[in-house]
Amino acid sequence: MHMADALLTPAVAATMYVASGATTGVCINKLSKDDNTVKLPTMAVTAALVFAGQMVNYTIPGTGSSGHLCGGMLLSALLGPFAGFLSMVVILAIQCLFFADGGLLALGANCWNMAFYGCFVGYYLIWKPIVKSGLFGGKESKAANRIKIIAASVIGCVVTLQLGAFSVVVQTSLSGVTELPFGTFVTVMQPIHLAIGLIEGLITGAVLTFVAESRPELLQAVDSTKMKDRLSLKTTIIVMAVAVIVVGGGVSLLASSNPDGLEWSMFGNEDAGYSANMALDEEAYGVTSEAADVAASVQEKTAFLPDYAFADSDSIAGTSVSGIVGSAMVAVLAVAICFIGGFFRKKKQKV
Amino acid sequence: MTDIYKAAREFHEMDELAERDSAVHLLHPLVKLIVTIIYILITVSFHKYDLYGLTVMILYPVIMLFLSDVSVRICFYKLRFVLPLICAVGIINPFFDRSILLHIGGLTITGGVLSMFTLMLKGVLCLMASFILAATTSIDLLCGALRKIHVPGIIVTLILLTYRYVSVMMEEVSVMTTAYRLRAPGQNGIHVSAWGSFLGQLLLRSMDKAEELYISMQLRGFNHEFYYADSKTLKFSDILFCTVAVVVFVVCRLINIPVLLGGLFV
Repeated sequence: MHMADALLTPAVAATMYVASGATTGVCINKLSKDDNTVKLPTMAVTAALVFAGQMVNYTIPGTGSSGHLCGGMLLSALLGPFAGFLSMVVILAIQCLFFADGGLLALGANCWNMAFYGCFVGYYLIWKPIVKSGLFGGKESKAANRIKIIAASVIGCVVTLQLGAFSVVVQTSLSGVTELPFGTFVTVMQPIHLAIGLIEGLITGAVLTFVAESRPELLQAVDSTKMKDRLSLKTTIIVMAVAVIVVGGGVSLLASSNPDGLEWSMFGNEDAGYSANMALDEEAYGVTSEAADVAASVQEKTAFLPDYAFADSDSIAGTSVSGIVGSAMVAVLAVAICFIGGFFRKKKQKV
Repeated sequence: MTDIYKAAREFHEMDELAERDSAVHLLHPLVKLIVTIIYILITVSFHKYDLYGLTVMILYPVIMLFLSDVSVRICFYKLRFVLPLICAVGIINPFFDRSILLHIGGLTITGGVLSMFTLMLKGVLCLMASFILAATTSIDLLCGALRKIHVPGIIVTLILLTYRYVSVMMEEVSVMTTAYRLRAPGQNGIHVSAWGSFLGQLLLRSMDKAEELYISMQLRGFNHEFYYADSKTLKFSDILFCTVAVVVFVVCRLINIPVLLGGLFV
C-alpha cells in the first residue's frame, strides 16, 4: 500500500508530512516523559523483525496463495501505540531513504496511512478494548484470551487497512492525478484490502498468541495470570478463520441483496419482500424549486475537483509539434549521455 | 530463490553501492538530500498534461547515474514496487478523460493518454532520484545529514539501530526459512500450525538479546544518542552544485525548454 511520489501533489504531500510529523512529535514527547529509553533497542529489534518478517510467506490453507504479516498491529501490541508508531515510521523511513521503496515526498502520507491507523486507531479502539474485555468466557481462560487476541488482530488489521486504503484514495483524488471518479476508486480499493486485512490479521494474531503464551508480560494490555489452557493454537486459528469467512461471506451476501442502507430505509426494497419503509416514491423523490436549482449550480461550481479540466488545454495542444520535437531532442541527449558513459566505462576497464 | 534471499542480496548490494568513490558519492549528503527533495517536488508539480515540459527532467537522473557509475539495472528492478500502483491509477485515465488534445498525423491523442504517460514518467523519475540518493550515500552519512536538519535524535538512533538489526534478522529469517523448506518439501510457505511459532520464537529470542545488548551499551557509556565525527564539511563545490541544480530545476519548471528547443527547428 506504499504511496508513490508521483501520485501526490506537493500540497497534499506537505499536509501529510505535517500530520505525521506532529504525531511523531507527540510520540517522542510521550516516550521521553515516560523515560522509556530502555525500549529503544527493543523497538529497533521489533522493527527489524517486522521488516524481515514481512518477506516470509505464510500458506493460506485451502488456497495456493500466501499472506504476510501486518506491521502496525504487531508493533502496537508489543510496544504500545507511541513506541509502535515510531518504529513504523523508522521502517518506512529506511525503506524510502535506503532502498528507494515508497517515495521521499510520500513518506508523510505513508506514515499516516500505515502507521497512524495501525498504531493509534488499532490500539485504542480495537486492541485494548477487546483484549481487556471479559468476552469469550472471562479473563481467566487461556482459550478466551487466544480468541480475544486473534479477534482483536483480525478486526484491527481489517479496520486499519480499510482506513489506510481509503486515505490512499482520498490523497490520490485530492492530488487530481486520476480521472477515476472517487466512488469507483473507493469501491475498487476497499474490497481488495478487506481480503488482505483478514489474512494479515490471522497471521498477526497467530504470532501474538504465541507471544502471549510464552511471554505474556511482553504484550500490552494483556493480563495473563493463572490462565487455563483448553484449546490448541491451531484449532483456535482454524475456528477463527472459519468464523471470519462465514461472517465476511454473510455480510457480502447481505450487502449485495439489499440496497444501500440509507436508500433502503427511505424507499424499501419490494423485490426482497420489504414494504416501502417511508412510503416514498423513488422516481419522484426530491425537491424542485428555484432555490434548489441555485444550490445545485453553486454545488457544481464549488464541487471537489469538478471535472479535472485544465483551463488552457488548447494552448498545450497548440504547442504540440514543437513540444514533440523538443522532447525528442532531450531524449537523444539523454541517450547520448548514456552512450558516452558506457564508452568511458569500457575504456576505464581496459586500462 | 526465496524472497528473503533476494531481499538480503538487495540489502547488501545497496550497501556496497553506497561505499563507492565517485563524484556524486563525494558530495555532501545534506546537499544531495536537499537537491533530491527539490527535484521530486518540482517533478511532481508539473501539470498532468505537460509531458513535454517534464521530459527535460530526465536529464538530472541520467547525468547523476552517469557520474556516479551506478548500474541502472538495480534502479529499474526497484520499479516493481512503484509501477503497479501508478499504472493501476494511470491506466484508467484514457477511459475517463477523452478530451482530444492533439492530432499527430492520423493519430488522435486524448488528455487521458497524455496524463497517463505524464504520471508514469513522474513515477519513474522520482524513483530514479530517490535511488541515486540511496545508492550514493551511506547510512551513517545520511543519518548525520538528518541530524543536521534537526530530525529528532531518537528517530535517527532508531534508524541506525534498526538498519543494523535488519541484516542480522534477514540472515536469521533466511536460515529459518531454508531449514523449514528442507523439512517441508513442496510446501508453499509456512503451514498454519507454525504460523505463530515461526516468527514468535525469533521475536522472543531477539527481544531478550536486544535488552542484554542495550545494557552492555549503557555500561560502556551509551547515552541514548550516537555522536558523529563531522568528517564531511560543506565545500564550495557542494554549494555550487546545490545552487546550480536548484536554479536549473526552477528554470525547467518555469520555461518549457523542449517546446522552445523544438520551436527553433520547426
